[in-house]
Amino acid sequence: MSEFLQQLLNGLSLGAIYALIALGYTMVYGVLRFINFAHSDVFMVGAFLGYYLGKFIPENTVGGGLLILLGAMLGCAVLGMTIERLAYRPLRGAATLNVLITAIGVSLLLEYSGQVFFGATPRTFPAVFPSANFTLGGLVISSNQVVVIVVTALLMVGLQFIVYRTKIGTAMRAVSLNPKAAQLVGVNNDIVISFTFGLGSALAGAGGILYALNYPSIDPLMGVMPGLKAFVAAVLGGIGNIPGAALGGLLLGTVETFVNGSQWSTYKDAIAFAILIIILLFRPAGLLGKASVEKV
Amino acid sequence: MSSPVRGAAAEAPIKVGHYASLTGKDASFGIVSRKGILLAVEEINAAGGLLGRPVEYLVEDIQSKAGESATAVKKLLSRDKVVAVLGGNPSSNSLEAAPLCQRAGIPMMAISSTSPKVTAVGDCIFRICFIDPFQGAVLGRFARESLHARRLALLTPMTPYGVGLAAELRKKFTALGGELVAEQKYAEGDKDFKAQLTALRASQPDVIAVPGYYTEAALICRQARELGLTSIFIGGDGWEAPQLTALGGPAVEDTYYSTGFSADNSAPAVREFVRKYRHRWDDEEPDSTAALGYDAMMLYADAIRRAGTTDRVALRAALAATKDFAGVTGRITIDGERNATKSAVMMRVKAGRMEFVETVDP
Repeated sequence: MSEFLQQLLNGLSLGAIYALIALGYTMVYGVLRFINFAHSDVFMVGAFLGYYLGKFIPENTVGGGLLILLGAMLGCAVLGMTIERLAYRPLRGAATLNVLITAIGVSLLLEYSGQVFFGATPRTFPAVFPSANFTLGGLVISSNQVVVIVVTALLMVGLQFIVYRTKIGTAMRAVSLNPKAAQLVGVNNDIVISFTFGLGSALAGAGGILYALNYPSIDPLMGVMPGLKAFVAAVLGGIGNIPGAALGGLLLGTVETFVNGSQWSTYKDAIAFAILIIILLFRPAGLLGKASVEKV
Repeated sequence: MSSPVRGAAAEAPIKVGHYASLTGKDASFGIVSRKGILLAVEEINAAGGLLGRPVEYLVEDIQSKAGESATAVKKLLSRDKVVAVLGGNPSSNSLEAAPLCQRAGIPMMAISSTSPKVTAVGDCIFRICFIDPFQGAVLGRFARESLHARRLALLTPMTPYGVGLAAELRKKFTALGGELVAEQKYAEGDKDFKAQLTALRASQPDVIAVPGYYTEAALICRQARELGLTSIFIGGDGWEAPQLTALGGPAVEDTYYSTGFSADNSAPAVREFVRKYRHRWDDEEPDSTAALGYDAMMLYADAIRRAGTTDRVALRAALAATKDFAGVTGRITIDGERNATKSAVMMRVKAGRMEFVETVDP
């Protein structure tokens, strides 16, 4: 029983990171209807920002840790908005495929510039938050796991608040519903889309820090696998749907952990993706997605 | 474009090719083996070269990527026309490159690939390090007799190196009366091991063996301590890198690993090599991979001198006949399977440093 609970906790903390990255995919998709493949590399840049900030900010303090988290989120938001301004905005109105291919290009650009600037050798991420272990019955909880779950939950609530309770959130939903009509009623689409990228990239930055906190070996290609998993999580939950991304991430992390702890651990990705295929067979729009007819 | 040629330089250089990961996650092995080989090459050239000809060292970076070893070796063999190939480090790299060298009839000297399959590729493939069966047996004996462990758990990476080492370790440990209580697997490049460690925790092992490489080993030790596991961790020579302690921090304290060389060894040949290496490479201390690279190059030089030619057939025969070659990693004899017979040492991580524990003879 304690092993089951421990695995559940391990799975939830892994899933929380997938969920955080998945939110970025899903938000951009929700507003612009395209997959921002560079998202997983913004996640990597977030981890490296944390690594370099860690050199100036004292380690092992809650305040310092939060400062690093905020700094990385801010840096990534700026990066996300820059990418949107330089690479995606000139293509607005072009076929979705063009933007998609540009996104892949931006992703490769970030990965390989990362190898040039940061070097390809893995770095050790500093312990930015003080860490401790708590024992609860047979259950061992590390403070890093708690930090991941709490920060993810807070960011998710904040995001839900921004999207549904603020003016800019209303504008985001309006652009998502019909960009032309939104413009007609006075919404500045450029600002809204820029904001969406900034917000999504800030979440990726936070994801990068939390991931590096738990798995402290960082390199320029570290975003590839978690990015793919998070993308799958977003599709699983219903892409474009914020609670769906959270649900998809948690589900994927938990399934992966349980398979990893069993005899079939080498097949963990195969099993996780097989589950995805089965769910999509029965619910093509994802768990929480609404089926819609694509107008061509 | 031709430059004037004079004296000994008129002799065409003897080209030796080396393939290794100079970047990426296995880079630490590649970089130090290059340093070891380069030290040997410079020493040979300073003493007048081989057969009156200078040695030219060529290196290809395989970037820690699968598939790159074959490409790199193809380049070395067909473009550069090397007479001998050095490398690789992980067994998976050597297994990619070996068939190409075998087909070309050019000898290849694996540096730290311990899987028996490597030299089984053909009669041109040699190795300078010991093999998994031996290293696995050393770890099994060490866990049972020196650590007095009764319950062993394995956390095996799905690589030729990891699987080969784990099989021999299990065999030796159970033959000495120990019990294998659990085995879990992981894929190279994984970062989350909590699931496997939680499963292992339930079987309460005294010792957990992780026959993988340093990046994963350090992450495993960290996550194990976070889960409250108190078992002793042991591993093979894949653990040997400064990154083990940089990444693992206090979590890798009091872990043990086997390797072929210790700079703390007081043998005069080792002392002399350590001094030269430190002098050449900014006071860096050589590890076993550096020493193996040095020995591999020196063994080639010895074989070329004995053969009196760089002809591949004669060179291969001279290598195969190597007996009691005095290397810095011990006295090396090449056996019928083209493996080096030599001794191993056990190391322990103490206060962020690797310290010598004991020597184990085959």
